Amino acid sequence: MPDQGPSWDVVADVQLLLQFHFMQNALLAGTLVALLAGVAGYFVVLRGQSFAAHMLSQVGFPGAAAGVLIHASPVLGLIVFCAGAALGIGALGREVDAGHRRESAAIGSILAFSLGLGFLFVRLYGGSAQGIYAFLFGSILGITDSDVELTLAVALTTMASLAAVGRPLVFASVDPDVAQARGVPVRLLSLAFLLVLALSVAITVQIVGTLLIFALLVAPAASALQLTARVGRGIALSVALALAFTWLGLSLAYFTNLPVGFLITSLAFAFYVAVRIVKARSAMVAWS
Amino acid sequence: MLALEFMRNAFLTGGCIALAAGLVGYFVVLRNQVFTADALGHVAFTGGLGGVLAGLNILAGVFGSCVAVALAIGALGGRARGRDVAIGTVFAWVLGLGVLFLSLYTTARSATSGTLGVSVLFGSILGLQPAQVVVGSVTGLATAAVVLAIARPLLFLSIDPEVAVARGVPERALTLVFFVLVAVTVAEAVQAVGALLIFALLVTPAAVAQNLSTRPWAGMALSAVIALAVVWLGLVIAFYVALPASFLVTGVAFAMYIASEVAQRLSRREGRA
Repeated sequence: MPDQGPSWDVVADVQLLLQFHFMQNALLAGTLVALLAGVAGYFVVLRGQSFAAHMLSQVGFPGAAAGVLIHASPVLGLIVFCAGAALGIGALGREVDAGHRRESAAIGSILAFSLGLGFLFVRLYGGSAQGIYAFLFGSILGITDSDVELTLAVALTTMASLAAVGRPLVFASVDPDVAQARGVPVRLLSLAFLLVLALSVAITVQIVGTLLIFALLVAPAASALQLTARVGRGIALSVALALAFTWLGLSLAYFTNLPVGFLITSLAFAFYVAVRIVKARSAMVAWS
Repeated sequence: MLALEFMRNAFLTGGCIALAAGLVGYFVVLRNQVFTADALGHVAFTGGLGGVLAGLNILAGVFGSCVAVALAIGALGGRARGRDVAIGTVFAWVLGLGVLFLSLYTTARSATSGTLGVSVLFGSILGLQPAQVVVGSVTGLATAAVVLAIARPLLFLSIDPEVAVARGVPERALTLVFFVLVAVTVAEAVQAVGALLIFALLVTPAAVAQNLSTRPWAGMALSAVIALAVVWLGLVIAFYVALPASFLVTGVAFAMYIASEVAQRLSRREGRA
């Protein structure tokens, strides 16, 4: 880690941050992830699919471990497993929802098995405790050049597809019945979004890990939706917050040696709580 | 196999924990509280590591934090629903805090103690400490006994809350007791299969039981028996095959779940034909 601590000289700090190649890769991948997670997360919250994001990321854990086991990249394994799970959910043709008893029991069973499977894969290639923690809670180390390239490719394709279907997707998310009546292909859009979500989850896991996915994919968008009801502004705000949490989290992790997953979740959580408190107080002022 | 002390400990403690998890899990699924259990698993991870970091026993940390959070959830009267953004964000942060404790703990000690977190996350049934054997077995049996004692009013309340309340079933007290039972069971299950895999004992056996029988008492008994079978089968396989025990437990549980789903679909199709 760095020889010198951070100072108030921002330029010097940035130079310190960028002096190692692993940190350049982490910041590059983190920026791409934050851009995508901010946009995709907005739709996740708008569509009430945060639980699907949670589920997809846990299915990704054995994927990442399997990627290492067969000497491929963990990102590749994540992408394959997450996309497979998304297609599976789509094929069942039902919304993933924790509200229903039978479905939540089924999902719980699948999640336990998939995390157990991931543990098996890690044990099979003799992975260390640190390796497991990196998958589960994220890491600023170990993002390779090819991972960054893959992240760039995934981020570009998913952002392009989101931009292409953005308008009908908002329509279908806010009022599916009217959208359907107006001839918007709601079911097709929902499947397409599930795939976009799977890819976003897959690359986000690299930074914050399987278990802390909410910090980048849900919390920034949830804060943004509290602050503005306008779609364009909301997406911009969600992206800006995701970028801020990622950059700050990565930099703090670099200088303090604290785990990046903890720092990013804490930033996201603190901001979300602050927004809720401000909203609650202004609502009270408006009442009185 | 039983000549080895660690296997005897695993069968004994795992069995007691499985009984409790099967019985409590039946109500967890019946009352649609799967994601309360999930949230408590996250709390157990953070609480256990926090306990160790504070110089306390890991058991004290796991049990204390689970019961405290369960009482809080119960007092708020809310259900920790998976789709809820606010609750998801809170519990992601709780896990993040656990990661902080983990890194503080591993930097404070030598690098070899880095496996503590893994055993909290994925269990360590083959490496139980003597204290864990005693505490796990006793609390397991005690939890099972309490569930059986309150099973009748709890069933009534779970299946038809309005009529139950009208008949004088103490809803608030019973719900609170149930939350504490879930917390204690989660804390026990963490020792056996780990914080991330508690569903394999707490949810899957109950889901299998509900696929096989719609009668509550039979379902409860089935759920306990299946949980016991899952743990013991997992242990037997783990003894002969060099695979991690907690994976085998989740694998056996999942296989049973798939089998019960298939059986149920087939019988439904026959019933229709």
